[in-house]
Amino acid sequence: MKPTLFFDETTPAEYPVLGGKGASLASMSAARLPVPVGFCVTTHAYSAFLHASDLFDTILGLVNGIDCTDIAGLDRQSAAIRQLLLDKPLPADVDAAIRASYRKLCSMAGMDADLPVAVRSSATAEDLPDASFAGQQDTYLWVVGEDEVIDHVRRCWASLYTSRAINYRRNQGIPEDDVLMCVVVQKMVNARTAGVAMTLNPTNGDRSKIVIDASWGLGEAVVSGEVTPDHFLVDKVMLEIVKATIHVKTIEHVPDRINRRVLTREVEAGRAEKPSLTEEEVKAVCRIAKTIEKHYGCPQDIEWALDADLPAGQNFTLLQSRPETVWSQKKTTQTPIKTGMEGILSTLMNPLASKR
Amino acid sequence: MSQKFVSPYDHHAPAGAEDWKALYPYYMVFQDNLRESEEAKFFFCDSQHWPNVFKPFDAITVEFAVKCLGQYNTRQWLIPPANGIDFKIHNGYCYMSPVGVSPELIPDRVPQFLERAGFYFQNWNDLLDNWHRKVKGVIDEMESVTFETLPEVVDIEWVKGGVGLDPTYHLIHNYNKMIDLCYKTWMYHFEFLNLGYAAYLDFFGFCKESFPGIPDLSIAKMVQGIDVDLFRPDDELRKLAKLAVELGVADTIRENDLDGALTALAATDAGRQWVAAWEAAKYPWFNFTTGNGFYSSDKYWIEHLHIPFGYVQDYTAKVVAGENIDRPTEAIAAERDRITEEYRDSLPSEEAQAAFDGKLGLARVVFPYVENHNFYIEHWAMSVFWRKMRQLSDVLTDAGFFADPQDMFYFRREEILNLLFDYGRGWAMGVPSIGPSYLPAEVARRKKIVDALATAPPKPAFNEPPAVVTEPFTIMLWGITTESVQGWLSSSDNTNQLKGMAASPGTVEGVARVIYSPDDLGLLQDGEILITRVTAPSWAPVFGKIKATVTDIGGMMSHAAIVCREYGLPAVTGTGSATTTIKTGDRIRVNGAMGEVTILEAA
Repeated sequence: MKPTLFFDETTPAEYPVLGGKGASLASMSAARLPVPVGFCVTTHAYSAFLHASDLFDTILGLVNGIDCTDIAGLDRQSAAIRQLLLDKPLPADVDAAIRASYRKLCSMAGMDADLPVAVRSSATAEDLPDASFAGQQDTYLWVVGEDEVIDHVRRCWASLYTSRAINYRRNQGIPEDDVLMCVVVQKMVNARTAGVAMTLNPTNGDRSKIVIDASWGLGEAVVSGEVTPDHFLVDKVMLEIVKATIHVKTIEHVPDRINRRVLTREVEAGRAEKPSLTEEEVKAVCRIAKTIEKHYGCPQDIEWALDADLPAGQNFTLLQSRPETVWSQKKTTQTPIKTGMEGILSTLMNPLASKR
Repeated sequence: MSQKFVSPYDHHAPAGAEDWKALYPYYMVFQDNLRESEEAKFFFCDSQHWPNVFKPFDAITVEFAVKCLGQYNTRQWLIPPANGIDFKIHNGYCYMSPVGVSPELIPDRVPQFLERAGFYFQNWNDLLDNWHRKVKGVIDEMESVTFETLPEVVDIEWVKGGVGLDPTYHLIHNYNKMIDLCYKTWMYHFEFLNLGYAAYLDFFGFCKESFPGIPDLSIAKMVQGIDVDLFRPDDELRKLAKLAVELGVADTIRENDLDGALTALAATDAGRQWVAAWEAAKYPWFNFTTGNGFYSSDKYWIEHLHIPFGYVQDYTAKVVAGENIDRPTEAIAAERDRITEEYRDSLPSEEAQAAFDGKLGLARVVFPYVENHNFYIEHWAMSVFWRKMRQLSDVLTDAGFFADPQDMFYFRREEILNLLFDYGRGWAMGVPSIGPSYLPAEVARRKKIVDALATAPPKPAFNEPPAVVTEPFTIMLWGITTESVQGWLSSSDNTNQLKGMAASPGTVEGVARVIYSPDDLGLLQDGEILITRVTAPSWAPVFGKIKATVTDIGGMMSHAAIVCREYGLPAVTGTGSATTTIKTGDRIRVNGAMGEVTILEAA
């Protein structure tokens, strides 16, 4: 019943207490995929926090009493619950474990203290292929110092009770007493370029392709849709770029180390229209995407970054991977394929159509 | 579609070549009284197979080849939508126009096609064994033909044997026999080719549909053979180089020309052993041309032994330097398996995987023919044919008909019969033949025309193109698509950037060397990028020297593409104008994955 677990010390039996994102990072770490070092504040920690007082019953009572059709009431109750979670002191052992793990993380990254980290929520219900509400919990970047880490862990927990999340669970019929959360604390990546990669072509389900969206700076610009990213369609087998569409990427999110925050800034004109990945980098991203897909045995939706602090060739960092949900669940309704002489005949009759 | 190519009737011959039409048979040139019907057809230039202006005799190759292509589509297989390819020579170059089938006639052809072509697909390997026997038979027959100067008198044995014929009869008979055997050769050439391409295209189309955007190269790599007869001549040279090192005669080979080396080698046991291997390699593998087999001027290794010997010297130097010169066949096979498995695994259903297996399986059965026929026909059989024709022209040259044996090829094949009769007639009557006094001026006149024609490049096409190219053989054999036709119509003048086929992946930068003739291959320096109109398989040994290849002509399955993939060199083929745009000494970048060539710095 450990309150924290490092990615690389976790056994598969412990994955359930890490939430979707945490389990994924732990299994990737075990498979030697290049995820940034980090640890999980397990669902045990959250559960211990809830049960150290009567918090659990209080919240359950409040949330079950909400009428989701009353927007104003929903917002009010949501805020009240979140405040409860932010105010309540942590049990001493949980507090100590998080601080100790953060110090250990600092030393793993070669720093005495104050390693910038990302603090992300990892809900148990999130990332299930048929109930994907990714993005509904919060992610905090560039968090520095023990106190701030603890503070942001609480904020992640609190994000379970945003109006949107409550409403979503109600609509999906997810019972409130099942909802637990793990929080991932991970070395912050100083992303030069970041984005997403899918190990199939989302426009037609073709699994022999990888698509990459990439933009300057941290991946948030791509995920949030604030920029139109560069788009690469790559043949997965040959690692050859089939189509590259380079856009003008006007803004980027970059770490502001001094002010310990993420800065949103305009990309200067010369760089905005330049490809955010070289051909070699595109191939490197694809190579690792292939490894990740192989590891999970199904098409993946991957968040990645190239770390400006690491040398070329070792700078690829895997932030997150989850199964692709749209095409994987689609029943293929293919027109029957003509084979043998019928196939040859149809090819001769219509060679153009077959070349499309 | 409003854009049109020029009409052949408005595309005039360059100055000095005005009388070119009479050099070729009447049915192979655009006739004035047929202007209306000829202008209704779309013709494209086949510079892939016939990049140079034809001497009159050499037109035999396009005439036989394209006629024989047609006979299979139209009369043997009854390919439902496609008859043969109409072809014309215009201003010295050849132009093709595929002949479609009227839609109302197509349904009736389908069952016949299924029965006829189906039989060949089902019995492919047996029929192909038979094909090899037939082709070998034709080659042996051609080898047995000889042409000799007419003797002073009829042989006494013929007199006593009551033969009742003279040697002029045999001279004419043998000439006709050679033409007949050449004709047969070209029939055999197409016996399997169209069906082979059809099966390949079926797999190709399936891949394009299942994996939208799949590089053509991937499909080629899945189908391409590993042990291909077309690579054998080059393999023989590598073996000879390794043998030279094993036997300790490497220095003798590297430091002498061919004759000097053979003399020196004859003096030792080891040397004699090497010479025996050299002799054994010659037949049939040195029946290999530095051209493409379609021209009387093509050089074959077996008649120019210094060419393969030079390559052996290069390979020997590499072996001595500790390089591994073996083709990486195992790595190629492993890569082929990996690619195949990964695409197969990407398919969404077992049904699709079964279709993939079936189509790829058939493509792999038929494709070795597509690759190998080239050695047996264009190289081996045509080597013998041209060698015998040169023997004949030597006889006529000795008889005073020509100053230069090459002159014979300025006459059409049916005119040669006139020449032979003139020769025999004078011999029989005991008077001088007319040829020696008549021909020199005629040769000079024709030479002037051919030379003048060669000063102007061909047009890419004539008349109005179809809105979409759907004719299967245009797409399969020439790689011509709606897009490429549009590209010709709107060819831009950005001279620093060339686009072509992404034939073999990889990006390199280096210094260009433009090679116009195989005779200049010796100029290539280590690490240069070869720029040329077309390559031939026999250039394989120079691929060990170069960094990349760019050609004017050719597709995914062109020799340059196949050989570059073998050697892991980037290649861009079918750029249209690399040899006229790029100059020797230019610094260029070749991106074989994208099919792009960029001039970075002009020489």
